[in-house]
Amino acid sequence: MLRDFFVLGLNNLKRRKLRSWLTMIGIFIGIAAVVALMSLGQGLQNYISDEFEKLGSDKIIIQPKGMGPPGSAGGSLILTSKDLRVIKNVRGVEWAVGMLLKQGQASVGDEVGIGFASGLTPEDRKTLNELQGWGIIEGRNLKKGDKFKVVVGYNHIHKDIWDKPLRIGSKIKIEGHEFKIVGVMGKIGNPIDDGLLHVDKDVLKDILSVEDEESQIMVKTAPGFDTEEVADTIERKLRKSRGEREKQETFNVQTSEQLLNTFQNIFAVVQGVLVGIAAISLLVGGIGIMNTMYTSVVERTKEIGTMKAIGARNSQILLLFLIESGLLGLVGGLIGVAIGVGLAKSAEYLAGLYIGTPLLQASMDPVILVGALIFSFVIGTLSGILPALQASRLKPVDALRYE
Amino acid sequence: MEKKKTKKVDRKDEIIRLKNVAKWYKAGDEIVKAVDGIDIVIHKGEFVAIVGPSGSGKSTAMNMVGALDIATKGDIFLDGINIEKLHESDLAQIRGRKIGFVFQTFNLIPTLTALENVMLPMVFQRVPYEDRVERAKELLGKVDLSHRLTHLPNMLSGGERQRVAVARALANNPEVILADEPTGNLDTKRGEEVAQMFNKLSDEGKTIILVTHDMYVAKHADKIYKLKDGKFVR
Repeated sequence: MLRDFFVLGLNNLKRRKLRSWLTMIGIFIGIAAVVALMSLGQGLQNYISDEFEKLGSDKIIIQPKGMGPPGSAGGSLILTSKDLRVIKNVRGVEWAVGMLLKQGQASVGDEVGIGFASGLTPEDRKTLNELQGWGIIEGRNLKKGDKFKVVVGYNHIHKDIWDKPLRIGSKIKIEGHEFKIVGVMGKIGNPIDDGLLHVDKDVLKDILSVEDEESQIMVKTAPGFDTEEVADTIERKLRKSRGEREKQETFNVQTSEQLLNTFQNIFAVVQGVLVGIAAISLLVGGIGIMNTMYTSVVERTKEIGTMKAIGARNSQILLLFLIESGLLGLVGGLIGVAIGVGLAKSAEYLAGLYIGTPLLQASMDPVILVGALIFSFVIGTLSGILPALQASRLKPVDALRYE
Repeated sequence: MEKKKTKKVDRKDEIIRLKNVAKWYKAGDEIVKAVDGIDIVIHKGEFVAIVGPSGSGKSTAMNMVGALDIATKGDIFLDGINIEKLHESDLAQIRGRKIGFVFQTFNLIPTLTALENVMLPMVFQRVPYEDRVERAKELLGKVDLSHRLTHLPNMLSGGERQRVAVARALANNPEVILADEPTGNLDTKRGEEVAQMFNKLSDEGKTIILVTHDMYVAKHADKIYKLKDGKFVR
């Protein structure tokens, strides 16, 4: 019987093709937006989780307080080499690496640009590169005693950061000082890391006139120690040495897991807001279905009367109309999912093409796709409840007499 | 009243009984007595015509017999059951199983083919698909429409549509056929054909109640009741 009702419902939708299509637009725009946003959001989260997995859960990151990426924290909130020494002396710290990350002016010939320069000592650079799986694909890495030598990120050579083609041995100016390119990093996949200029820490301090600063300190916990506990100890010792009070620290100590959680929470909120906005269009779409179904009930009053006369019970009329509105939602949802997947894939492709980032990966999680379909069917059905109730409650004799 | 052919009607075998049935409407401040206390007994296999001018209450009476409408007062027994005491879902079952309707305006479902229209009453009674198709084909054959199975109603002539409607009325093999002005939208020739079809069904043992204002059509019936201002007149 259910099958027959589906066929009847489809017949009725086909009878008024244009109206059915127009009604479904409301649903599929919403579903497409929700699917695209969720799939891209999911992809982004997956990417970040993977990155943190590479980093390992035994890392602790210490940064000065403030918003934004390392290097952008303004003014007086800085970490120093003294803090680094304090951290290195904490029990349970296997190693601690201080990195200087600064924004500055870079130029090649007449071309001028803004970029990030990362300053590390050669040993620390080796440690971090190994940890993150970063490597040189051309030339060599920086050595001890390398002054005014630079290892450039992948995009400097292989993408269009500079109009003039660069290669090993080319010159690049950072804050007015000429550096010679000695190596190129392999492709990492995000525009910031692939656009970095890697130079010696002391040289970077000199040319930027930085006295004593660490933009970020990364710690690896020694085997057998609990990362959280070590992080707590670091926080306590730093507080003491910097003479700060609890809850009023000017620095942040976070384990890699906490950092991941922070990121994921932020993404969950951003994604929630975006999906929520998209969901408003679904509400509107649902109201569209309701409107169409009400019209349909009025138009088919006599038909409803006939069906009742030949033995249809109220529950069967109700079911018939619910299936019809559910189908409107479901078919709209199918198209919406297809468009949403298309949008997400296009965004992924365009991001790869123009920004060169793998951050936007459309995740084709079946839970999202199937969930969207079920959701659209449910919206259709819910929107149909009131019109269907109206249809089922019509008195047979009145319905038959309706012209 | 006019006697026709020799047909056996068992006088004890009553199928419909109306006891002092009335239907009153409120139209503004006025109460319209569409049907004002009628009594009638119809036996199994009888072919009864109810005639009267428009507004005489004949359709209203038929709607109540067909369990489409509820009487203001009085009792209606269908096959021994007082349908005035039943709820809508039971009434729907009675309409589906015991009664077949034929309407003046045919009332076929426009999106369904002739075959599907005839199958629809069986869908509501949950008859399995294969049985439905077989039965519907058989019935359409009976009304000489075997060549029109996949036609939609708008591709059929008026006479053909009404024959599809008759086949549909027979789908669940009901005991009673209720026809409300079935020839009203047909020309004389097609009307005559449909009326003769009722004679044939009556001969096969169906109880038929035909509401009409056309005396020529009414003459096909075994008995004719005249209704005027909501009451039977002699």
